[in-house]
This record gives sequence, structure tokens and C-alpha cells, in this order.
Amino acid sequence: MNADYDVIVIGAGPGGCHAARIAAEQGMRVLLVEKRPEIGAPKRCGEGLSLGGMKNLGLKPDPKWAMNEIRGASVYAPNGKRISIRYENTIGYVLERKMFDKYLAVQAARAGARVLAKTAVTGLIIKDGFVRGAKLSSFGENYELSSKIVIAADGVESKAARWAGINTTNRLVDIDSGFQYEMVLELEEPDMLELYFGSKVAPRGYVWIFPKGKDTANVGVGIGGREAVPAKKYLDKFIQGHPNLKKGSIIEVNAGGIPVGDPVGKLAANGFMVVGDAAHQVNAIHGGGIHEASIAGMIAGRVAAEAVKKGNVSEKALAGYAREWREKRGKILHKIVKLRQTIEKLSDDDLNMLAENLTGEDLVEFAKGKRFLKLAKILMRRPHLMQAARILI
Amino acid sequence: MSVKVDAVLCMSCGGCVGVCPSLALELENGIKLVPVDEDCTDCGICERFCPVGAIKVDSQKRRLRER
Ligand SMILES: Cc1cc2nc3c(=O)[nH]c(=O)nc-3n(C[C@H](O)[C@H](O)[C@H](O)COP(=O)(O)OP(=O)(O)OC[C@H]3O[C@@H](n4cnc5c(N)ncnc54)[C@H](O)[C@@H]3O)c2cc1C
Ligand code: SF4
Ligand code: SF4
Repeated sequence: MNADYDVIVIGAGPGGCHAARIAAEQGMRVLLVEKRPEIGAPKRCGEGLSLGGMKNLGLKPDPKWAMNEIRGASVYAPNGKRISIRYENTIGYVLERKMFDKYLAVQAARAGARVLAKTAVTGLIIKDGFVRGAKLSSFGENYELSSKIVIAADGVESKAARWAGINTTNRLVDIDSGFQYEMVLELEEPDMLELYFGSKVAPRGYVWIFPKGKDTANVGVGIGGREAVPAKKYLDKFIQGHPNLKKGSIIEVNAGGIPVGDPVGKLAANGFMVVGDAAHQVNAIHGGGIHEASIAGMIAGRVAAEAVKKGNVSEKALAGYAREWREKRGKILHKIVKLRQTIEKLSDDDLNMLAENLTGEDLVEFAKGKRFLKLAKILMRRPHLMQAARILI
Repeated sequence: MSVKVDAVLCMSCGGCVGVCPSLALELENGIKLVPVDEDCTDCGICERFCPVGAIKVDSQKRRLRER
């Protein structure tokens, strides 16, 4: 079968850019399409990335897109009690996604992938039960291109997987509604993240302040998707209650959905794979998905190349992607979903109690899917939290 | 379909597209949110999700559907 491309990748976020680059490096003829006129903009992201995550992606922080070094975090319980953790060394960065995503797209292009912005995929070509290409649209011009494999990295608004028969619809119980201002403001500790919890501040989620420099920060909120009051209202209220924020300037406004449920069960079909937010591959406790989408994209790009070289792109041949991803990330992310479901059951009182019993290090470990036993033991001291504790173990 | 999108409020975040069970919404060019599909069931999920309250689904029709 002679196709226009070996691999077509839909969406030039971190997932798609990584998939395209890796497949191109393996000698594949790759097309990476992005429907927005500018890759990476406007961002839908708080732009936090841990140093460990960056290392896993083989990236070295570049001042062009790694804006600010982070050395720790302060977490606030509903009653205002603060748990802080500060390290001597840098533990993460706040990025400029506009520059970061574009950098990743440039890397993909340099590896040999063809990148096309303002080009949307409007449908898939499906023949004999195999995805065999994509329908595209750019500046009103519609055309079709054939491929051996399509990788959907089309983010939270994904439709491609659903066209391929994989249900990736986000249920409201499993998605957070996010809203954010990028602000110029007075920051006391520009190398510390701040997170605020509580049902009044952010039901099911949290408010974050992620400093991008000495006096700029992403100030955002994520709340459960089922909340009746829009996320923006929660953030505006929070800002009104904080003098430093209230005086601040707003230089950018962002919104978005954050999948916080289990990743979708089926990650591949004949001639097709899905990665990143589109597959709900996100850390459910802090909502970080840059690292997860990138890791999944890298695995999918490699598996795609292997399958094309072997001349077998069946679902079975592509299942290696799902297997490897589950081993590397899926199992941990599943545990973290359990943690989210536990925390969700806690009242403000319970959270205040936890704040009295936990250290900053505990919180860092929780976010990595570790130390759950300690959390469960604390919860079990309160009879009404037995059930919540059981989800964890 | 009784979905109305307030373009003045909409942030083009695409979240509503991801929660719509009927593939009835589209973020054209990644910029413009448009209701596209007559298969919309007026379920109201998109309205509930929207971070800025830009979507309104006719509640009268919704009640009819639920019956
Ligand atoms: C408010 C908020 C805060 C967040 N904060 C953080 C954070 O601090 N740290 C972190 O790690 N993560 C954060 N996330 C999550 C993170 O932004 C995502 O997980 C990440 O961008 C997912 O990458 P992706 O490649 O899967 O998808 P995306 O980055 O969303 O890329 C998908 C791309 O596909 C394009 N596309 C969609 N459909 C089509 C089509 N039909 N044709 C062509 N192109 C298409 C889209 O335009 C988009 O550019 C946050 C998310 C939100 C909403
Ligand atoms: S969820 Fe709201 S802000 Fe986001 S694209 Fe849909 S209508 Fe616009
Ligand atoms: S009302 Fe329901 S079916 Fe209609 S667009 Fe909104 S989410 Fe989709």
C-alpha cells in the first residue's frame, strides 16, 4: 500500500510534537497538523513542569521557554493553615507554553516531520476497519491524505478517537473546569508555588499561583466539572479576597478542561492511536498533563515506526503502545485517580485535620502516587472517613 | 438543538467539545466555538462545564427531553 504519509499526527501540543519527532527520527514520513493559527497559543495551562518530568523527556531547561525556577511549594488548608516545603535546589519550572510547544514543533520539523499550522483534521478515512488517512481543511480548502497510521493528540477537545470508535467523551465527574489569569503582581516568594484548597475556594480542585518570574504568575482555579457556578466566578472571588492579587494586572486570560478521571481503556485501533489529554492521560491530583502527554507521544511515535516497518498496523500490532504506557505511567496514574477520589470525599474540616498531620514531603510523595498508607492511616482515625480511606488501599 | 454560545464570553478553550456526548460542538480553527450537530440532545452538559458560563441550553426543551 502506498500512502501519502506513514504517520499523520493530529494536534501540535506536547503529545503530538513528541510523537511526530520520534516517528520522524525513525525514518517515518510524518505529517503533524495543528488547527490553530499559532502552535501553543493561547495556552490552556498553568505551565508547571517538574525537573524530573523534564529530565524524563530528555529536555534541558532553555531560558527561551523555561521562565522561572521553582524550589518548593506552599499548600493552604481551608482554615488557612500552611504546609510548606522548600528545597535547596530547583525542583521544577514554570514554562512559557507558547515558546515551549513551538520549540517542540520545531524539533519535530528538524527531525523531518512536515508541520502544518492552521490545518484542521475534519474526519478520518476509514476503509475495511482500518484508519487509512485523514480529511483536512485549511483556509477553506478541503482535501484528503492517506497514511498508514493516524495518531490523535488533539487534546481535551478530541474528536478523532471518537471517529475511530473509541469513546473518549469526558464525563463531568471526571473533568475539572479551569480558568486562569496571567498576572503582574507582588510576589513574596517567586520561587515557590502556592496552592489553596477548600470548598469555598475551589470545590474538588484548588487555586494555584505559579510564578513565571519575580513579579508575574499564572493565577488559576480548577473546580469539579459538575459545579453550577462557573470557574471564573470562583477565581474572581478569590482574587478579591487577596490584597496583593486584587491590585495586580491581568496580561492574559485562559480557560480549559482538565481530565482527572482514569485514562481511556482503549488506546489503539487498526491504524490508529490516541495520546495525551485526548486519552485522559493526566495526573489527576495536580492536573499536570505536559509530561504525561509527552511520554505517551514518545512511546506511540516509536511503536508506530516499528509497526510501519514490520508492515502490520493492526490494533494488535499497536497494542504495544498501550502495554508499555500502562507499565510506565498508567499504573501510577490509576493510583493517583484513587487519591483524587478519596480527597474529593473530604469536607473542609477533614482537610484541616489532614493539614495538622501531614508534612510538605508527604504531599510531594502523594502527587507521585506514594505514601498512601500513611494517608489512609490518618483517615481511619475518623470513623466517617473509613470509606474514603478504603479507596486508597 | 437549542444551544446558544455567547461569543463575547467564550474563551475558545474547547472543553465543552470534549464533554459533549453527541459530537455536537466544534471549535473551528481552534478559535470559534460553533454548535454543528442536530444530534444534540439539549442535555445541558456543555453549559454545566463551561468555565465562563458562555453556553445556554434552553431549559424548557431540556425538561421535555428528560421526560
Ligand atoms: C487551566 C489549566 C491549567 C493546566 N496547568 C497545567 C500545568 O501547570 N502543568 C501541566 O503539566 N499541565 C497543565 N495542564 C494540562 C496541560 O495543559 C495538558 O495536559 C497538555 O497540554 C496536554 O497536551 P496534549 O498534547 O495532549 O494536548 P494539547 O496541548 O491540548 O494539544 C492538542 C492540540 O490539538 C489541536 N487540535 C485539536 N483538534 C484538532 C484537529 N481536529 N485538527 C488539528 N488540530 C487539532 C489543538 O488545537 C491543540 O493545539 C493544565 C490545563 C488547564 C486547562
Ligand atoms: S467551554 Fe465555554 S469557553 Fe470553552 S469553548 Fe466551550 S463555550 Fe467557549
Ligand atoms: S446540550 Fe448536550 S448534546 Fe447538546 S451540545 Fe451541549 S453537551 Fe452536546
